[in-house]
Amino acid sequence: MLHGLWKLTWIELKIFMREPLGAIGTILVPVVIFLVIGRTVGRGLTPQSVGVNSFVRVGLPVLASLLIAVSAVLSLVTIISIYREGGILKRLRATPLRPQTILTAHVIVKLILTAATLLLMILAGKRYYPIGVHAPLFSFTVALLISTWSILSVGFVIASIVPTARFAQPIGAVIFYPMFAVCGLFVPVTSLPPVFHALSRVLPLTYAVRLLQGIWTGDLWSTHIGDLAALALGFVVCTAISAKVFRWE
Amino acid sequence: MGSVIQVSKVRKTYGATVAVDEVSFEVQDGEIFGLIGPNGAGKTTTMECIEGLRKPDSGTISVLGLDPFRQVYKLQERIGVQLQQAQLQKRIKVWEAVDLWASLYRKNAVDGERLLEQLGLTDKRNAWFMNLSGGQKQRLFIALALINDPEVVFLDELTTGLDPQARRAIWELVRGIRERGKTVFLTTHLMEEAERLCDRVAIIEAGRIVDIDSPEKLVSRHCPERTVVLATDDPNAEERFRSIPGVEVENSGDGRFIICGRGEELVTEVIRCLSENRMRVTDFRTILPNLEDVFLKLTGHSIRE
Repeated sequence: MLHGLWKLTWIELKIFMREPLGAIGTILVPVVIFLVIGRTVGRGLTPQSVGVNSFVRVGLPVLASLLIAVSAVLSLVTIISIYREGGILKRLRATPLRPQTILTAHVIVKLILTAATLLLMILAGKRYYPIGVHAPLFSFTVALLISTWSILSVGFVIASIVPTARFAQPIGAVIFYPMFAVCGLFVPVTSLPPVFHALSRVLPLTYAVRLLQGIWTGDLWSTHIGDLAALALGFVVCTAISAKVFRWE
Repeated sequence: MGSVIQVSKVRKTYGATVAVDEVSFEVQDGEIFGLIGPNGAGKTTTMECIEGLRKPDSGTISVLGLDPFRQVYKLQERIGVQLQQAQLQKRIKVWEAVDLWASLYRKNAVDGERLLEQLGLTDKRNAWFMNLSGGQKQRLFIALALINDPEVVFLDELTTGLDPQARRAIWELVRGIRERGKTVFLTTHLMEEAERLCDRVAIIEAGRIVDIDSPEKLVSRHCPERTVVLATDDPNAEERFRSIPGVEVENSGDGRFIICGRGEELVTEVIRCLSENRMRVTDFRTILPNLEDVFLKLTGHSIRE
C-alpha cells in the first residue's frame, strides 16, 4: 500500500529545500522571530528573575512552535493546490501510487521540517533566549508533532476547497491566523465573549495550545488526555471531510 | 494478433454535457491506434476512462483483460501513460523523476539511464523539470510512460505545442515504441500526425465515433476525388482532357489546367492522354485528399474550427 512512500518523501523533501525561500522561510524565520521578540520583551530578565513574565516563559515558545506548525500547514495547502492545478497530482495518480501514499509523503515532509525547525529554535534558544530553554524537549517535540498532524488535517480540508493555487495561501492564512486570537494563548479562553469562547472550543489550535503549554511547563502526558483526544477527534473528523470533498484535478 | 483494448458502448456525461456517447472500438496488439478529432470531441475523456482515471456512466471497457476502473492498480502496472498538459514538480530533477517512477512499479523497471539516453536526455539528467524545453518535457513524459516496460502505451496530445522539428523527433520515438512490440494508443487533433503515425484511426466528433479504419482506407472510402494540376502549351489540350470520361476540366488560362475526377484511375488516365497525344507538359502535380478532407466531409466542418 505504501509502495514508493520513502522515495517520494525523500524527493519531496529535496524539492522543498530547493524552493527559493523554502528553507529560509520555514526554518529560519520562526527561529528569528522567536529570538528577536524574546530578547525585546525579555530584556534584562534572567531565569532567576522574580515574576518572570509568563509570556516569555511559556507563551512565546508555544506561539513560535505553533507558528512553525501553521506555516507548515499553509505550505502544504499551497503545495497541494499547486500540484492539483498543474496536473501533478493527476500524473502521480496515473501510476500504481495510491492517493493516500502521496498525501502521507507530504505529511511526513512537513513533520520532518517542523521537528527540524523546533530543534533549531530550541538549540538557538538555549544560547540566545533571555531565560534559556528549560523544557522536556523530547515530550514537547512529540506534542508539537501531534498538534501539527491534527492541524494538517484542517489544512487538507482547506486544500480540498480552495479554487486555485493563487488563493490557497491567503485563504489558509485568513482561516488560521485568527485562530491564534481565540486559542487562549494571549487571553484566557474563559474570559472571551461567549461566541468566541464557543468558537475556541471547536478549534484544534485551542487544544494544541493547552497541550503545548502544559508539556512545556512539565505537565505529565496523563493530565492532557482530554487535549490529545480532542486533537485526535479533530484529525478524524477533518480527514473524513477531506476524503469526501477532496478533488484530484 | 488479438485485441488488447475493447471498448463497448461507453458513455460519459458531465452534468448535462455528454462528453462520450456510446463509443465502441477495439485496439489490436502491436498497432498504433489514434483517436482523432477536434478539441472537446471527447478524446481525452475516452482515453482516461480506458486508463482507469475516470469511471464511465455506462458501457464496458477491457484493457489486457482487466477492468480499468475496478482493477486500476493491476492495470497501472502494465500500462504506460502520458497525460495531456501534465506537469511534474517544478524543481524535480530529470533523473529523480525517472528514479521515482521506477520505484513505483512492482516489476523490474527498465534501465532508467538507458531510457534517458535513448530519448536524448542524458545531458539533462540533472536539470530541473521547470528548466526543460517543451520537447524535452514531452520526452521525459515518454520516458516515464516507458519506465515499467508497459504492454500498452497511452499518449494524449503528445506533440501539442511543439515546434515541427521536435514533433518529428517525437514521431520517430513513437514508431520506436511500436517496433519494441508495444501497442500505442494516442489522441491527436493534428491530422498530419495521425496520417504519418497511425496504423488505424478512429474519428471522433461530439462524443461519437464517426468511422474507424487505416488513414489510407478512410481517404479512399470518403474522399475518392483526385485532382491533377498541369501546364501545357498544346492548343488542343482542353478538348483532349475533356474526352477523358468522368472528369471536370478547368482552364485557368496561361495553359494551366485543373482536372478533377474520382478514383485511383484518374492520374493514369491523364498520363495516358498526355502520352497518346504526345503533349508537352511543363508542370504536373497531383493533389490527393488527406485525413483533413475526410474529417471535413464526415463532420461538415474543419478540425481547426
